[in-house]
Amino acid sequence: MTQTTVSRRDFFKMGGGLAAGAGVAVTGLAPASAEAAPNTAVTLPYKPKTVARVKTMKVNQPVPFNYPDAASPCSAVKMGAPVPGGVGPDGDIVAFSVLCTHQGCPTVYDTTDRCFKCPCHYSIFDAEKGGQMVCGQAPSKLPQIVLEYDAKTDMIAAVAVNGLIYGRQANVL
Amino acid sequence: MANDRIVLPPVNAQKTNMTCHFCIVGCGYHVYKWPEAQEGGKAPHQNALGLDFRKQLPPFSTIVSTTQQNVVTDHDGSRHNILIVPDKECVVNQGGGSVRGLHMASYMHADGSMTGERMKHPRLHTGDQWLETDWDQALALYAGVTKKVLDAKGPRELCFDSADHGGAGGGFENTWGAGKLMFTALQTPLVRIHNRPSYNSECHATREMGIMELNNSYEDAEVADCIMAIGCNPYETQTNYFLVHWLPNIQGITVDKKKEWFPGEEVGDGKVIFVDPRKTASIAIAEATAPDRVIHLDLLPGTDVALFNGLFTYVIEQGWIDRDFIAKRTKGFEEAAKANSMSLDECSQVTGIPVAKLRQAAEWAYKPKAGGKLKRTMHGYEKGIIWGNDNYAIQSSLLDLAIATHNVGGRRGTGCVRMGGHQEGYARPPHPTGEKLYNDQEIINGKAMMYTAWAVNPFQSTLNAEAFRETVQRRAEIVKQAMRGARGATTAEMIDVIFDAISTKGGLFVTHINLYPTAMAEVAHLMMPAVHPGEMNLTSMSGERRMRLSERFMDPPGSAKPDCLISADIANALKALYLKEGNAKMADRFKGFEWKTEEDAFNDGFRLMGAKDVGGEIHSQGGDTGHLATYALLKAAGNNGVQLPIKEVKNGKLIGTEMLYTDKFGTDDGLAHFKASPWKGFFKAVEGQRAKYRFWVNNGRINEIWQTGYHDQYNPTMKERWPMAPLEINPDDAKELGVSNGDIVELFNDYGATYAMAYLTPEAKRNQVFMQFGHFNGVVGDVVTEAVDRNVLPDYKHTWANLRKVTRGEYKATVSFKSRHYKA
Repeated sequence: MTQTTVSRRDFFKMGGGLAAGAGVAVTGLAPASAEAAPNTAVTLPYKPKTVARVKTMKVNQPVPFNYPDAASPCSAVKMGAPVPGGVGPDGDIVAFSVLCTHQGCPTVYDTTDRCFKCPCHYSIFDAEKGGQMVCGQAPSKLPQIVLEYDAKTDMIAAVAVNGLIYGRQANVL
Repeated sequence: MANDRIVLPPVNAQKTNMTCHFCIVGCGYHVYKWPEAQEGGKAPHQNALGLDFRKQLPPFSTIVSTTQQNVVTDHDGSRHNILIVPDKECVVNQGGGSVRGLHMASYMHADGSMTGERMKHPRLHTGDQWLETDWDQALALYAGVTKKVLDAKGPRELCFDSADHGGAGGGFENTWGAGKLMFTALQTPLVRIHNRPSYNSECHATREMGIMELNNSYEDAEVADCIMAIGCNPYETQTNYFLVHWLPNIQGITVDKKKEWFPGEEVGDGKVIFVDPRKTASIAIAEATAPDRVIHLDLLPGTDVALFNGLFTYVIEQGWIDRDFIAKRTKGFEEAAKANSMSLDECSQVTGIPVAKLRQAAEWAYKPKAGGKLKRTMHGYEKGIIWGNDNYAIQSSLLDLAIATHNVGGRRGTGCVRMGGHQEGYARPPHPTGEKLYNDQEIINGKAMMYTAWAVNPFQSTLNAEAFRETVQRRAEIVKQAMRGARGATTAEMIDVIFDAISTKGGLFVTHINLYPTAMAEVAHLMMPAVHPGEMNLTSMSGERRMRLSERFMDPPGSAKPDCLISADIANALKALYLKEGNAKMADRFKGFEWKTEEDAFNDGFRLMGAKDVGGEIHSQGGDTGHLATYALLKAAGNNGVQLPIKEVKNGKLIGTEMLYTDKFGTDDGLAHFKASPWKGFFKAVEGQRAKYRFWVNNGRINEIWQTGYHDQYNPTMKERWPMAPLEINPDDAKELGVSNGDIVELFNDYGATYAMAYLTPEAKRNQVFMQFGHFNGVVGDVVTEAVDRNVLPDYKHTWANLRKVTRGEYKATVSFKSRHYKA
């Protein structure tokens, strides 16, 4: 039988772990932000670009495109179930820059794991978790292309990039 | 901050050298710093990187991500952009960066960011809350209590838990400062090191045999015929050593270099033999790269001694040893061969590895090449041995094999080396008594009145952690209670109150010196803020003894100080107290701390080993030629630094040593000493858990998190990925227990209980789990026994426990549970 009872002690341990001890209030200190926001602001003037018609997309088959310009290879994938950042009628279409954020090698989409994998230094990014790095040396997630869906035309469009594309000072050159 | 652009350094940005804060590999980086309002242009002549950002850069141009940038504030209020970029000219990383090093800029102090929790000034616990205070009060209290203990009870009541390594939290300056305070001034023997419960080397056996554990260069891995990787996982824990120096060999890219180095000798693509019960990410990558050149000896947990004894016996039988070398440069061979004798059949029975596989591994590593030339096999080992089933015995057996096959002693492409954890940076006076006290047990048994946890976090990292933590909590609370009751007490009165609590009531006065409060804040009474590289000048040495100076480029937060200067403050405060009461003899013990800068501490310790009339012996990894290294010369040597020991200074350049023991080994007679080391099984405490519980609980680091996660725990991206210690478990075991990915599970045995996040891993063997070590949420040490080897080195890697599902975790929605093993 699976036990699911959680004692108070258990709860303390799981809730904050030992780090809870670090959160003890300090009198006379300026408030410090332990959970400060990561670098999440999208700041540049992106131009929308259509990517694909949804009904032409097949589950787990990547659709290559370039965004925000011809020098930036990207890939859109319909995952078949809702995922973070997913758009479309099923909330399941995501897209990423395919350049590894480590040293810029083009990653390869693995249909078995549904991950983008870098053959240079073996970083693995989960397409179903917003490009989260599963294992590897990249400093940041795979940049996720912000998509919009137009129900009238059944088209998805790229409208911005969340995360810095490898080899650029700014995503918009 | 924006996440879709960075600010480029202008051409006139300040540029300084930085060796990565974290793992032993020691990758070189450049730090650019410039006023916040300025920004370099995209054209190559407009930015300090000299790159053309008007167009997409090709792969391998550089690495500049948002995690490598920050805005820092100096004490004068001026704000500056920083960008920390891997150095392409550094021979270690050659422009590469690890996920850890590429976060250095994020982890420099900036208010309002993830480093906002850094301590800025000393903090005093009033009994029920923390109060920020100044150094004068903090030092008066610390020195006051210390003096009372010293005068009334002697130095054995002053317990220290102190880092002895390099990189962040260490460095030659800081290990010398703290060491001189503890050993020369206070003269306490009750000192433990950051990751073990005693004051001891992690390499007693190999050093006694005459072989220091860092005896080759990273380049030797490029030209080895075979690399034997033992109990190490270099992709995740020595990343660029593996990616830049091992993989090219396995890929066959270094064959021309081998031909050049070893003319007339048969050379080919490198092979690698992993010795590890667990299939690691490193093994998966090696197999994906060159499946025909990888052997995984997946031995049964803790059977390393049997494995090496079996191989040792086999190579002797086959005649794959260097008889001439053994005769001329070693002693004790016959005795060791007899004591360690084990047939391949018996070896196979104990280790669980088929005889054919053992034989194949022996052929790859030791069977002479065409023309009778010996193989060049590099042996790299880490925590599987260091924290293995009898550190001393395993090292003895491994070194016996490496010596007999002449894979130590100066041949390039060989070596028997630690892969390492932190960088190194040891310079200290000798321990005052040489005792190997088991400090955790001393505290558990009520000994020690003061406990100073210095750049360490044993609550997350020691063995038998639950018992240790509970004792410290209980004893610290006695002091807190006394402090709470001392209403209106002056500092002098508070010292008396504390002394009464620790001398008559069983209390323990806890001081914590660190960057962050950490889990130790739960028990501390006093905390002092320290600094890390970049906020001070700091020297360290890497896994190939490469010494570099990481330059200070920004001010520390508030009044935080380098450990060496905190040591000096403590010593000088005690000296003043003794002078005040006219005790010149005691005051004399605290002299020699008149340091104004960290360079003063460097010159006092590292540079004085071997010098005459310095007032005592110095043990330093720089050796007797350390005096040749100056900050100016090290600065000029940049990120390539110099490999210790330094041979000479030639035309303003430091000339170092690539390979040790080309002529003599590190023994009195200059010979390598074989050591008898028969297979004996497990320690009693370990055996007790093995007999009672189902799962072997292996543990270690994972790639993205550095040690206890002292920075990472404040990084939202890291916390999203690893909110809790992951536990790799075989899917069939998980199914039996009703456990799914992301569930919270409890591990429990006679020693304690801990919690982890289930991560179903098909490569995990049945009844074997692997839990991340040192995590801030889930401490594996809670279920680790107190077992230690003859030198008080813990068998951290071997404990057994049962496992139950506690609750369905929420982590499944946010954490990826996909395979961390790369497959092509």
